[in-house]
Amino acid sequence: MTLIRKNFDVLIIGAGGAGLNAAVQLAGADLRVAVVSKVFPTRSHTVAAQGGVNAALGNVDEDKWHWHMFDTVKGSDYLGDQDAIEFMCREAIPTVYELEHNGVPFSRLDNGRIYQRPFGGQSRHFGKEQATRTCAAADRTGHAILHTLYQQNLKARSHFFTEYFAIDLLQDQEGGVTGALVMDISSGEPMVLNARATLLATGGCGQVFRTTSNAHINTGDGMAMALRAGVPLQDMEFFQFHPTGVAGRGMLITEASRGEGGYLINKEGERFMERYAPSAKDLASRDVVARAIVTEVREGRGCGPNGDHVLLKVDHLGEETVARRLPGIRETSKIFVGIDPAFEPIPVYPTAHYVMGGIPSDRFGRVVAPARHGPEEVVPGLYAAGECACVSVHGANRLGGNSLLDILVFGRLSGLDILDYLEEHPRHGQTDSASEEKAMARFQRFDREGDGIPVAELRAELQKVMEDHAGVFRTEEIMQEGLDRMRSIRDRLDEVRLKDRSRTFNTARVEAFELENLVDVGLSIVTSALHRQESRGAHSRPDFPERDDRNWMRHSLYFLEDDRLDYKPVRTRPLSVDSFPPKERVY
Amino acid sequence: MHFEVYRYNPDTDAEPTMQAFDVEVERGMMLRDVLLQIKEKDESFAFRHSCGEGVCGSDGVNVNGSNHLACITPVAEFREPVVIRPFPGRPVIRDLVVDMSDFYAQYQAVDPWLKRKDPVPEQESLQTPEQRARLDGLWECIMCGCCSTSCPSFWWNPDKFLGPQALLTAWRFLADSRDQGGEERLDALDGPYKLFRCHTIMNCVEACPKHLNPTEAIGHIRNLMLKKSV
Repeated sequence: MTLIRKNFDVLIIGAGGAGLNAAVQLAGADLRVAVVSKVFPTRSHTVAAQGGVNAALGNVDEDKWHWHMFDTVKGSDYLGDQDAIEFMCREAIPTVYELEHNGVPFSRLDNGRIYQRPFGGQSRHFGKEQATRTCAAADRTGHAILHTLYQQNLKARSHFFTEYFAIDLLQDQEGGVTGALVMDISSGEPMVLNARATLLATGGCGQVFRTTSNAHINTGDGMAMALRAGVPLQDMEFFQFHPTGVAGRGMLITEASRGEGGYLINKEGERFMERYAPSAKDLASRDVVARAIVTEVREGRGCGPNGDHVLLKVDHLGEETVARRLPGIRETSKIFVGIDPAFEPIPVYPTAHYVMGGIPSDRFGRVVAPARHGPEEVVPGLYAAGECACVSVHGANRLGGNSLLDILVFGRLSGLDILDYLEEHPRHGQTDSASEEKAMARFQRFDREGDGIPVAELRAELQKVMEDHAGVFRTEEIMQEGLDRMRSIRDRLDEVRLKDRSRTFNTARVEAFELENLVDVGLSIVTSALHRQESRGAHSRPDFPERDDRNWMRHSLYFLEDDRLDYKPVRTRPLSVDSFPPKERVY
Repeated sequence: MHFEVYRYNPDTDAEPTMQAFDVEVERGMMLRDVLLQIKEKDESFAFRHSCGEGVCGSDGVNVNGSNHLACITPVAEFREPVVIRPFPGRPVIRDLVVDMSDFYAQYQAVDPWLKRKDPVPEQESLQTPEQRARLDGLWECIMCGCCSTSCPSFWWNPDKFLGPQALLTAWRFLADSRDQGGEERLDALDGPYKLFRCHTIMNCVEACPKHLNPTEAIGHIRNLMLKKSV
């Protein structure tokens, strides 16, 4: 077998919002850009984002990016880096205008401006009244944005490798990234893509949990590739459970349903969020609402014959509002629960939704890791943006509407910074033969014959372990058991065998690679979680119920080698305004 | 329930076969759940799928002769045996996985992006709720391909007739008050094939899992063309 090799200036892995927005920036320059995606671009999970994207446009009420910044810092439970957060909140405004100019069909206000709705954790005047900041295209905002970005890439004639799966990064002798080994899913053939700069934009890893809003494809591929290349993952203990997944199934019911005026009730018909967040109520931050729902159910106030969920009411808003503002979740409820939310409440329970942690990167998208001269040294040739990255703008808890914003802002900035990087690095790096051999060994791993553990069996076990041992509430004992069981799963990975070793469109082989990625990412989550002895944002420990700023206002860094942990300080100094010092976080 | 599934792997099979499976169907089960169960029994079974909630558009298949999006199609509604095949008229890569290149090429052929000639304003360009409402039923398309691959005109001329999906997209931009490419869009649709091969058979409307209406969109474009030629 002769290995096909191709040279590009830039390699982008992932064609969701971050990857596509980076590609658009590069398209104007006279460069060879390859966008690799394991699915056709519009199938990327950005398509599933519902509620909207935050920007202080002030179309409904007066608004300021500085207030948006405060909310994001507070929402992060003071673990977010304030320079990056300031940058994102300022950039939000031109970013949304640019989307509109490129054709995103935003919903509109009567005066013709972009429609904005209230969302959780958002305020005016630094924590006072509710803000109206989330720009929306009905409740299908991600779909509107992803399709528009794909269209812009068609216009720009970007070069796509559609249905190619990235196996591993390739590196030079110093650890600089020189491209990646990929597999053409259709033919099963490997291919080396050399590039002067490589952007990981592979999205999240919700498939580590059994009940999740995430798609089948969200298997943390880029994160695991980074780990195997010696790059740590940052803050992986912070995983967001969205309060309102369809009970028992996990698909998302947007926060916009509460933003539009919906609310949660328990079996007594009580609006229980009033007890947990007296002022923001149902629009408290997601971590707060998710914990409240789990607590209601655990204390016996859950609904249904098994008392295992609560109810989300939007029927009082009237059929017209539900049809116009929430058509997507109306359809989802009808199809999967058989109820029409315009007339009946929706059974909901928290669902694994979003990883705040990821590949450590700076606000230019450059991947940074501890090295000789400090904790944040640039890894040459490697960029990361979107959910797979950790800038960190979300800290310990992400606000609704900040995820689309994150992928757009930092996808764009990565693209722009890569332009500068290429100026300074006119030549391709020299891939170390050991690095390529390692990647090829991984590619060939599932050619091994004989009987063994099926992929589906080990994946189901992993998803159950993660759900039981790294969920909304975590104690030492629960997590230690989770870690032990995850390590046992890792040991058994070696016994996984494929029955089907054919080449053409072998989805079993793809799922085997994805399982390996899930195991590495799952271990990063439980290991980081076990060691963080405090409660902060989404990481909630009954055995350490308080936030501990003295010992734990720092980012975790998990390395694959020896499951080692390291830490680095939070960047508390913004770019142009005063720092927001940590305060008690109440809603 | 009893299922018969189209199987073909070019690496090992001389020709396609139908394989029988019995799957215990629970209440509320979607077709995708059945496909996943079949894959658990036989990992060599290949089909595309991802979001599981009808937004990514990956898992369009043909069931008992009509096209459906597997993840939002309840199995209980089908009569047995439930015969599952790849989209008709498309080259099969393996099992239910088909080559959609023509379909994507036709989408690209209608210049599916907003065309503006005026310089963009500093803020958003304005659009009234009424102008915006004209896009409803158009922009929600998930490009699953259920419509175009159920269209006989597209089966015969996938390289010449744009097909319902691409034409719905063309109308999505023609109908957008912000778009300034109207003239050239209409010129590009002229000729006997691209638009006018639609014989209003309306399979597309029947097949669309998002309840969109490409035939109506095609009618709107025809009317615009008529107006233009007068």
